[in-house]
Amino acid sequence: MCTTCGCGTEENHSHEHGHDHGHDHSHQHERKHDHHHNGVASKTISVETDILAKNNRLAAGNRALFDQKGVFVLNLVSSPGSGKTTILEKTLRDLNEKLSFAVIEGDQQTDNDAVRIAATGVPVKQVNTGAGCHLDAHMICHAMDDFDLDNLDILMIENVGNLVCPATFDLGENHKVVVLSVTEGEDKPLKYPSMFHNADVMLLNKVDLLPHLDFDAEKCKEFARRVNPGIRIFDVSSKSGKGMDAWYEWLAAGTRKQPDSGV
Amino acid sequence: MHELSIVQGVVEICESAAAGKRVLAVVMEIGALSNVMPDAIEFCFEACTKETLLDGARLVIDRIPGKVHCRKCAAEFTVKAYYEKCPVCGGYKVDILSGEELRVKEMEVE
Repeated sequence: MCTTCGCGTEENHSHEHGHDHGHDHSHQHERKHDHHHNGVASKTISVETDILAKNNRLAAGNRALFDQKGVFVLNLVSSPGSGKTTILEKTLRDLNEKLSFAVIEGDQQTDNDAVRIAATGVPVKQVNTGAGCHLDAHMICHAMDDFDLDNLDILMIENVGNLVCPATFDLGENHKVVVLSVTEGEDKPLKYPSMFHNADVMLLNKVDLLPHLDFDAEKCKEFARRVNPGIRIFDVSSKSGKGMDAWYEWLAAGTRKQPDSGV
Repeated sequence: MHELSIVQGVVEICESAAAGKRVLAVVMEIGALSNVMPDAIEFCFEACTKETLLDGARLVIDRIPGKVHCRKCAAEFTVKAYYEKCPVCGGYKVDILSGEELRVKEMEVE
């Protein structure tokens, strides 16, 4: 059994424990009255349990460990094809000498993105979710085992390309960063409000293509701010490099805020 | 469809609370801003409860409306999504009062 999260994973080790683990259980109260339906006695139990409580507890554990190790953690979310992986490749290549990175790649299938990231020389772990549409805190809890957190400045988690499901699952990150490319609809923040509401930062990507498109960037940003008035927006092109410096400055500032950075 | 993961969470919570007893009904609370579709939850419920203590249980969903408080003019109003503007002053800066719930409220056991 995994001692970090109490799951039954047998991947790395298996041994007996002489004590109880903190398994999840519901706080419950039985009411005094019984019901009778079709002759079957029944009673109502008050459960009052948040369905995401288990994920949130694991995410809080991840976050505490990242804080303790001084790692700045970002959860990159977007629809498929917005350019998350290309932004990562460019960022890693440009900042690799100044900051120490690791990457967790989330996809339903293939390790194509992990291969691209590995080519930059940065440690990467691919997580395949199979039929799953999002990463959860439990997956991150195991994926981080592969990294030397003591010598890490930034952990980038590239979530499964999906603007709906990953919005619900906290991974223990410092910030969700939503990527929206200008080849998509400018009303995406209104169509997928949960994601834009939960993100702290938006990267408006592929802005080098704006002269060729009808995309109204200002309108798009206005929509994003309706859903989330405090969202920080960077216009970037991972291809031309336009706007990437401001994103890099924000990243560097984030690492300086970490407790053990010594800056 | 993350509703599948949500329903698996419901089954886990209920089986733990049922302590071996058969579950006849489950009451869930789903907020309008919870990013979860009640219809999809119903769709997944039957499949996810097969051969568990919840097999055949009735699912009742309490839908909680989204209620927000305008930071500018202090009006309180109901919303269906995060981007709706204040009907009084037109502002978008609001605090969420309710609507993000995603809970197992109670259940009926044998």
